Amino acid sequence: MPLIETQRLCKEYSGKQVLKDINLRVQNEEIFVLIGPNGAGKTTLLRILDLLDEPSSGTVLFNNTPVNYSANAKLALRRRVGMVFQQTVLFNTNVFNNVAYPLKVRGKNGNAAERKVKETLKMVQLDGFESKNALKLSGGEAQRVALAQALVTEPELLLLDEPTANLDPKAVSIIEEALSRVNRERQTTIIMSTHNMFQAQTLAHRAALLLDGRIEKIGTIREIFEVPSKHLASFARLENVFSGVSSIVEEGTSLVDIGGELKLEAAFTKLGKVMVYVSPEDIILSKNPIVSSARNTFKGRVVEVADLGPTVRLKVNAGRVFVAQITKRSFKEMQLNVDSEAFLTFKASSVQAV
Amino acid sequence: MENPLLEVLHITLLSLRVSGTAVLIGALIGVPIGTFLGLRQFRGKQSLMRFVDITLRSIVNTFMGLPPVVVGLVVYLFLTASGPLGPLGLLYTPTAMIITQLMMVIPIIIGVTMSAVGSVEQAVREKALSLGATDTQAAWAVLREARMGLLTAIIVSFGAAISEVGGIMITGGNIRWVTRTLTTAIVVEVELGNFALAITLGIVLLVMAFTINIALTIIQLRGAKR
Repeated sequence: MPLIETQRLCKEYSGKQVLKDINLRVQNEEIFVLIGPNGAGKTTLLRILDLLDEPSSGTVLFNNTPVNYSANAKLALRRRVGMVFQQTVLFNTNVFNNVAYPLKVRGKNGNAAERKVKETLKMVQLDGFESKNALKLSGGEAQRVALAQALVTEPELLLLDEPTANLDPKAVSIIEEALSRVNRERQTTIIMSTHNMFQAQTLAHRAALLLDGRIEKIGTIREIFEVPSKHLASFARLENVFSGVSSIVEEGTSLVDIGGELKLEAAFTKLGKVMVYVSPEDIILSKNPIVSSARNTFKGRVVEVADLGPTVRLKVNAGRVFVAQITKRSFKEMQLNVDSEAFLTFKASSVQAV
Repeated sequence: MENPLLEVLHITLLSLRVSGTAVLIGALIGVPIGTFLGLRQFRGKQSLMRFVDITLRSIVNTFMGLPPVVVGLVVYLFLTASGPLGPLGLLYTPTAMIITQLMMVIPIIIGVTMSAVGSVEQAVREKALSLGATDTQAAWAVLREARMGLLTAIIVSFGAAISEVGGIMITGGNIRWVTRTLTTAIVVEVELGNFALAITLGIVLLVMAFTINIALTIIQLRGAKR
């Protein structure tokens, strides 16, 4: 049964059509991902689903019943839905009070509420943070508190607007884990927007590609990938994604020709056209070729260096451009710069088929 | 002077009483109005409301920068014997001075409250609503998040009131033991050539303003930590 559905949904903001004819059906217990560039209408759609905005035309249905926009009906529905905004907003008080707020406005206080808050903080691995001021947390911690606020009431539907954009990798994996856990254990339906195709890939059951206010495609992530890639490449985090032709070398390994005279050894057996991805964190960078069990080593030249605080991202051209992420310390020790020669090394198991 | 120390004490206490009362009443009037204007839940709904909204805001912003002397003059014209409120006999009393400073601080309190509430309004209100708050609960959440801004409104308006001289000079008349405050006393002592006394009064004024601001700032920092 669809938990939430939109029919011919349109939204206009001062004469501009932000959403055009959106027809979505999200089933109970489903994780549904909205993919699309900035300005495609993802945020607007999520705001409409959380009843913060009203559509210009069209209908939103919860459990097959059209939404009624009276104050009481909105309140009743919102209390069944949790929302995490892209811009983290927390109240200027401690973490405990922040997470207890949704219970408090529902008139729930006391020991049971306190236990619930503590249990929820544990889910986002922030136990022990209760008395810290919420505004003094790091971006990743703050977003985890925001997620705890949305989860503490055990909503039927969880809406998330790019919940992991610009967060540190640790926070991202904690949030992803919490999301798949509530989906599995509490059967929470989740609708989230993301830029990150690999997050979509790991979490989502189905996805919709939103372009310019229109749904371009609905389906599995694989089906979304089949859309001409110039659309995707323009916004999705598509670094280290290569399309190539795979041939099986022996049981368990394939050689993927990705062009630029590069053949990646991969720990899968696939034949024909494939899309592969190598995580930037999995790439070892060295000044000289290193002897190791890793099956892939390529010589390249650094073409770009980006400082990300504790880590540094480098683009290395080895026939195809790879992005590698290393800590600032090793970056300094290696004295790498644009135009330096460098070797890229990664394991066959780091080459993932998308 | 019979007892200079006693007179300085009297002057200081009067300054505190006049400006303190003006800020207190000003806050009681200005904070609700500023909150209402900052919440602007009615914004954009109807063009008439929008027009009223914009006009009110512009008036508030203009009055925030009003010269105290002009305020004093207007209050004087109202309170003078032949003025509309003349029969009340308030001219040259501390009450007249409180009214003058009240007229001056209300726009400041409204303006600062308005922008403090407005700056957190949308994000906090929608956050609270999405967490299941009723409209009233969400409005309270906004006010609570704007509390630091409200304190700023008090600090700024008290600073403006305690250092003001032109307005209360006109409506208070700078009468010894009756309506003489630190600022008006300094003006007189300078005119009389009593620079030592003027400087002393100036130091008292500075120390007092500093002490009160320290206290308010500590409250503000505590609030931020909570």
